[in-house]
Amino acid sequence: MKKKLLSTVLSAVILTTMLTGCSKEDSTQTQAPAADTKTDDSANKVDDAKTDDTTDNTQTDASTASGGGKVYYLNFKPEQAGDWEELAATYTAETGVEVVVQTAASGTYESTLKSEMAKSEAPTMFQVNGPVGLATWKDYCYDLSGSEVYGQLTSDEFALKDGDEVKGIAYVVETYGLIYNADILNDYFTKDYAVVKSVEEINSFDNLKAVADSIQENADDLGVKGAFTSAGMDSSSDWRFKTHLANLPIYYEYQADGISSTEAIKGTYLENYKNVWDLYITDSVCAPSMLSSKTGEDATADFALGEAVFYQNGTWAYTDLSANGMEDESLGMLPIYIGVDGEENQGLCTGSENYWCVNKNASEEDIQATLDFMNWCVTSHEGCDSLSYVMGFVCPFKEFENYPAANPLVGIANDYVSSGKIPVAWTFTTMPSENWKNGVGSALLEYAQGTGEWSAVETAFVDGWASEYAAVNN
Amino acid sequence: MDKAIKRYFPVFALPTLVAFTIGFIMPFILGVYLSFCEFTTVTDAKFVGIKNYIRIWGDSTFIHSLWYTALFTIVSVLAINILAFAVAMLLTKGIKGTNIFRTIFFMPNLIGGIILGYIWQLILNGILAGMERTLTYSSSYGFWGLVILMCWQQVGYMMIIYIAGIQNIPGDLIEAAKIDGANNTQLLRHVTLPMVMPSITICSFLTLTNSFKLFDQNLALTAGEPSNKSEMLALNIFNTFYGRNGWEGVGQAKAVVFFILVALIAIVQLRATRDKEVQA
Repeated sequence: MKKKLLSTVLSAVILTTMLTGCSKEDSTQTQAPAADTKTDDSANKVDDAKTDDTTDNTQTDASTASGGGKVYYLNFKPEQAGDWEELAATYTAETGVEVVVQTAASGTYESTLKSEMAKSEAPTMFQVNGPVGLATWKDYCYDLSGSEVYGQLTSDEFALKDGDEVKGIAYVVETYGLIYNADILNDYFTKDYAVVKSVEEINSFDNLKAVADSIQENADDLGVKGAFTSAGMDSSSDWRFKTHLANLPIYYEYQADGISSTEAIKGTYLENYKNVWDLYITDSVCAPSMLSSKTGEDATADFALGEAVFYQNGTWAYTDLSANGMEDESLGMLPIYIGVDGEENQGLCTGSENYWCVNKNASEEDIQATLDFMNWCVTSHEGCDSLSYVMGFVCPFKEFENYPAANPLVGIANDYVSSGKIPVAWTFTTMPSENWKNGVGSALLEYAQGTGEWSAVETAFVDGWASEYAAVNN
Repeated sequence: MDKAIKRYFPVFALPTLVAFTIGFIMPFILGVYLSFCEFTTVTDAKFVGIKNYIRIWGDSTFIHSLWYTALFTIVSVLAINILAFAVAMLLTKGIKGTNIFRTIFFMPNLIGGIILGYIWQLILNGILAGMERTLTYSSSYGFWGLVILMCWQQVGYMMIIYIAGIQNIPGDLIEAAKIDGANNTQLLRHVTLPMVMPSITICSFLTLTNSFKLFDQNLALTAGEPSNKSEMLALNIFNTFYGRNGWEGVGQAKAVVFFILVALIAIVQLRATRDKEVQA
């Protein structure tokens, strides 16, 4: 009898835990409709939230108090994860609309987005990286052509279109090139072995190579380990070469052929690509055979510790460099010259791979709330201030003319444009697939460590493009 | 008593059954269904028939991964089991500090695969740096690196199972054999080995399936470099799923083929080793 009692009690316990478990799940899932039905008294609650301004309570209040919609932003940039959460909290405190910000870990955005979009509480606001990313997500993108935030764009070229529909809006413009250490370079110009005497004279691949070679030769005298930082092929760094550096031969081929994308690349400028890659791996702080173990942090350290003079990276690297003790005055940026005719007029590589999209499968209220939030981010003082100075972005919206960038690398990029240099567009957003980049990256690595031929890079670049394009588009 | 157990079966088994259905059976069925679909997110799939399965065979990396994985499995199953058995034999001889040794050998098993992979990548790259090379220099470096890593991680776990098996051998059996004049080799061959056959069955099953399904360690150690040559099946499936737009279904189809393969091999292996089990 006792045993029976015990087992009944036990099973009751199990059942209750199960039920409470389920009911908890239920309550979170039904939160959305509950918020919808409560719209009547929500207005009062919004007022409460505003007047009380008790930051702790507002968030929970807001979830039930919003005027119907709420925002879920899946952020791409882990560097700014905390900043976005703060900005979202400010917005919630101001308007009472709930804004949830989630950030995918570095390199996992696509996979996170894929699983998040399958949920019933899907992101209302997400990002694609350009035309190829849009191809995957266009069925989920709300047409932004009539939206206020679209009207805020300074130029139509920052809108990502599919036919007549505006599917994405670039919210940050970035620039990359060869960041250099001005202190070491100025020191170099005073030496008698210097092949040029000022940084302006480095205006072609040949000059760059001559400078790099002589720096490498006299590394001990200059107190450096090499001309270039390690061209690490670890996944934290390989995109600098398989994507960003590969942009240049693609850009020049598109220019020569007068196109903006292609289904079969010819590889006209592959020889130039090889020359730059050879330069990066020979005049370097480390042996080419060691590249696969070198990370992005290694390259940052090489540069910030003054062990290398040149570092291929972009405006986003500024936070890391200054955190590692680099002074603003010591930073400079050169275009990546690859030895093409007329390249003395070439500027830095400027573009965007960060486009905001709105999930069209979200409820109408949520879509409206998301559009309002986006517009607030790029027009209100709080939004502009956070994007410009906390996150360090350059944003292509009208209001941002009043918020000049603090990032010195951005200043340099602007100087190039105002002095009439032609910026190189980001054509890498037309690369057919992630597999293509990986194929080129592997071939580059094998060539560098001496286990593969350059012809493998050519194959991965040209044949790989055609086969990946075919694989994705049928 | 029997009746009571039967009566309360649903009460005790239901929670587990429900969890098993939600956590395993449903995703499994969904996964098989998705392998016949084209999809971006799992909730809006479009049925396309066996197109994905045809596409698998146009992908040369899959076949390479298959052989690479098979070879790795053979080598690591042998290495892990022989080492684990040897260590278990040593640690049942009653030498001083047995418990400390057992604990230390078991500890690597408590570290997660991805961290282990990075730790060993640092160690092995550190050693190879002496030759100015890294793990990605050739796929055989990655291969042996993985074998070393897996041995280090799994030997301790298998050792525990073998120790349990060896300790279960009745002392009188060994005594009888000794009285009959059996030497150490004969004792091992004709008494110990047949008696620990159940342990061998379970250990070889575990190592076989673990090696075949290996993912974290592979990703962390080499990530398939150079040029996908050290890419094992699970990583290949992962890369197919995320590498190209529209190929999610192909990754899914590969996963189904992978499941059938692992299941077949495991069944064959279980049959083969079970036949050799004896009763004392």
